[in-house]
Amino acid sequence: MKQFVGQNVKRKEDHRLLTGSGRFVADIRIENMVEAAILRSPYAHAKIKNIELSQAKDFEGVLDVIVAADLKGKVKPFTEFVEFTLPPQLEADIKPTIKKNPEPMLAEDKVTFVGQAVAIVLAEDRYVAEDALALIKIDYEPLPVVTDPYETIKENAPVIHPELGNNIQSHFQVKVGDTTHAFRQANHIIKTRIKTPRVSGNPLETRGVIAEYQERNQQLDVWSSTQVPFMVRSYLSKLVGLVEGNIRVVAPDVGGGFGPKCAVYPEEIMIPYLAMKYKRPVKWIEDRLEHMQSTRHSRDQVHDVEVAFRNDGTILGLKDQFLLDNGAHNSFALCCAYNSAAHLRGMYHIPNYDITGRIVLTNKTPNVPYRGAGRPEAVYVMDRIIYMIADKLNLDPVEVSMRNFVRPEQMPYETGIFYRDGANMVLENGDYVKSLQQAMKIAGYEEFRQQQEEVRKNNKNIGIGFSSYIEGTGIGPFEGAAVKVDSTGHILVGVGSSPHGQSHETTLSQICADVFGVNPEQVSVRAGDTSLLPYGVGTFASRGAVTAGSAVHGASKQLKEKFLLIAGEMLGVTIDELEMQNGKVYVKLSPSQFVTLQEIAQAAKPGPRCKVPKGIEPGASATYYFVPPTVTFSSGFHVAVVEVDKETGFVDILRYIVVHDCGRVINPKIVDGQIQGGVAQGIGGALYEEIIYDKNGQLVTGTYMDYLIPTAMEVPEVEMGHQEFLSPHNPMGIKGVGEGGAISPPAAIANAVCDAMRPLKIEINTLPISPNKLRSLIEEAENAESVLK
Amino acid sequence: MSYCNVKIKINGEVIEKEVESRWLLSDFLRDKLGLTGTHVGCEHGVCGACTVLLNGEPVRSCLMLAVQADGLEVETVESLAEEDGTFHPIQQAFANNHALQCGFCTPGFLMSVKNFMETHPDLPTDDEIREAISGNLCRCTGYSNIIKAVKEAYVLKC
Repeated sequence: MKQFVGQNVKRKEDHRLLTGSGRFVADIRIENMVEAAILRSPYAHAKIKNIELSQAKDFEGVLDVIVAADLKGKVKPFTEFVEFTLPPQLEADIKPTIKKNPEPMLAEDKVTFVGQAVAIVLAEDRYVAEDALALIKIDYEPLPVVTDPYETIKENAPVIHPELGNNIQSHFQVKVGDTTHAFRQANHIIKTRIKTPRVSGNPLETRGVIAEYQERNQQLDVWSSTQVPFMVRSYLSKLVGLVEGNIRVVAPDVGGGFGPKCAVYPEEIMIPYLAMKYKRPVKWIEDRLEHMQSTRHSRDQVHDVEVAFRNDGTILGLKDQFLLDNGAHNSFALCCAYNSAAHLRGMYHIPNYDITGRIVLTNKTPNVPYRGAGRPEAVYVMDRIIYMIADKLNLDPVEVSMRNFVRPEQMPYETGIFYRDGANMVLENGDYVKSLQQAMKIAGYEEFRQQQEEVRKNNKNIGIGFSSYIEGTGIGPFEGAAVKVDSTGHILVGVGSSPHGQSHETTLSQICADVFGVNPEQVSVRAGDTSLLPYGVGTFASRGAVTAGSAVHGASKQLKEKFLLIAGEMLGVTIDELEMQNGKVYVKLSPSQFVTLQEIAQAAKPGPRCKVPKGIEPGASATYYFVPPTVTFSSGFHVAVVEVDKETGFVDILRYIVVHDCGRVINPKIVDGQIQGGVAQGIGGALYEEIIYDKNGQLVTGTYMDYLIPTAMEVPEVEMGHQEFLSPHNPMGIKGVGEGGAISPPAAIANAVCDAMRPLKIEINTLPISPNKLRSLIEEAENAESVLK
Repeated sequence: MSYCNVKIKINGEVIEKEVESRWLLSDFLRDKLGLTGTHVGCEHGVCGACTVLLNGEPVRSCLMLAVQADGLEVETVESLAEEDGTFHPIQQAFANNHALQCGFCTPGFLMSVKNFMETHPDLPTDDEIREAISGNLCRCTGYSNIIKAVKEAYVLKC
């Protein structure tokens, strides 16, 4: 029987998206709808002394203008997102300090970052709503601003939220072994500061929300460009005090997410509330300039790291103290910070480890986990360290890596710490040595070194750099799937995981089709809708294929079993005499005796003709929730080959290679697409993208003219190699692949640039590697060299 | 607020409508004509998602007023496929090569590529294709499959 898992099945999503008949939030129009525009703070830190709304309210075409006072007693503020709170065993182990840091829906007495929502205008259309925004007069009294993570932790720093006492919102420490002893044993110690700056995920579709309330049955329908519709529903219910069952949240076609749409935003609560209050559908579509200011940012970590190692490159211990500058609020507990701490050692055996993380608040846009979620920052630290050790010892960095890898014979490898989900963090399988060898073979490492020497004589600077990553993927707590066969024999699958480019309709239909032995065309997958099944989680953290894939697999198997039982009843044989193939159930020894899925589905209906065996509920459906025991570790290597123009500081990526392990591959083309796309975002972070604030907390990179997203001119085609170590944590052996592409490019490219400039011994410990920064480093190094001469 | 009457040939059909003179072409297409295939990604002329053809030339419909299209011809993504849903060769090539993921930027790419193929009838090099689509941002695919798709579109068109 033909298997569809593993095949390049063409995407079911493509027809509508290619013909312009997809339906994104902004495409939805509802009769009698009003449109919202939001007034946002122009100050990073200021008291709101007075708000004057009368002119705006009187403007023709305006329905109303809403400020914080109008929400009092009606809409509660966000507290922390409980989905991100720590499991008890992890909490007991690391004993963190996490101060509650509630985020208001609209700023009330003061604003704490540029772009914070202050007022909402509802009007006949967006043009009128924006006219009215200009008529709102707010009297601000500017307060001292803090935008630097080191400044904000000083005792005399202006405190952003006085109730927290200071600007350190969270603090935790993770320790393994004895670093003090390890550092005493070492031949060498390197101490350095490594920084990954603030970036913005920037899905091409901005955020947007539409809500419609039907008073006759208290039904509230919400369409939102979100990665987590179930979470939006839950917070809407909690914060507005609504019956959860009366709320339906739909994520229609969603134009990219990458993390920034993976949480609930004030607008997702307020717009539905206003639709209820005014009994008119309300639509709010964020524009790009708003997006740059108010959709949550990410990364922004500075690590002060020390590594102790022997003459042969063996790492004995690593100490790290890092700050995560989270902007004005943190509702995600330790999410990215703990991910960084858990992943920093990566695939290296470092028995003595001591890391302290502090999440600090500044007058900037709050942060959110973005593709990689704390791992690119950690990998950048670890793999720069590998290169620094190699430099110090005059060894090949490949050799340093090889010396420190966790080896296959050490697996399953206990890292000695908990993962964020509360389970022991164990690297289950993989072969890092072979994987790096494979990557270097594709890169032609030996030949490259010869070529590098030759072209250097002609003043041409080319370099090669690699980076490695491991990634805990497919985090729980669960994901659900409901599979049913309708009376035409067509299979319908509903999942809780909500896609935004990941191809759920295609890949999940492949999984279901294989269980039933049908063609994926006979399976329709629906997602992104809370009415599909009682519980769901969402698409983030490289979890879609692992969790939703396993849920679909489980639900399909359950329904198949039930269908075999019904077929047995219909054909008068026992279940072990039957097999399911090509949409039919056959008697194995007498293939001319069969019933079709359609006939079985019809026989599953309740009533006198029902053939469902006694004791089993009638119906042709099954719901299954997959609860992973813990995450499953994907891994990989990235190799960048670059040319640096010494005169201009421009970096050209000549080749980019990825070898990775994501367990069972469901659809190779889609997996490769995830990697290629992730690498493009990683290249952005390595060379071009940075969210910059000035000292007054004004966003300097607030447009696409200043915030540089890579174009087709900057992204090479990634050359790929695959490894397939099946995950032991789910029935199909799947590991996640969504984020891996984005994790390693900053480290691989920075290492390649350092390698290209090796005669000058420059160290790139901050990003992006922009021409001006690189030129400065080259100049400094040249000056230092000429002084030496 | 001032209003103007415009007469625009859109996807082969002449539309006569009164429009507020400040309305963007992108908003007019989407909100007044229901042609929501044209997407708005940045509203400041950089991302290219809103690209439509104006008398055959690619333009950012978010940087134009609807009244500026008066008397001219506009083609949007909705014009590409046949009435029965059969793909245009460019669309087919995009589907064959997994050249889209979330699909939000795709209509802009399709329209840019259509003009490029019409003005560059001979199979271009990869670098020429890269340059041709460099005015369109895609955040999902990393572009390489789009480049493959453009090459295949040339083959399918022959």
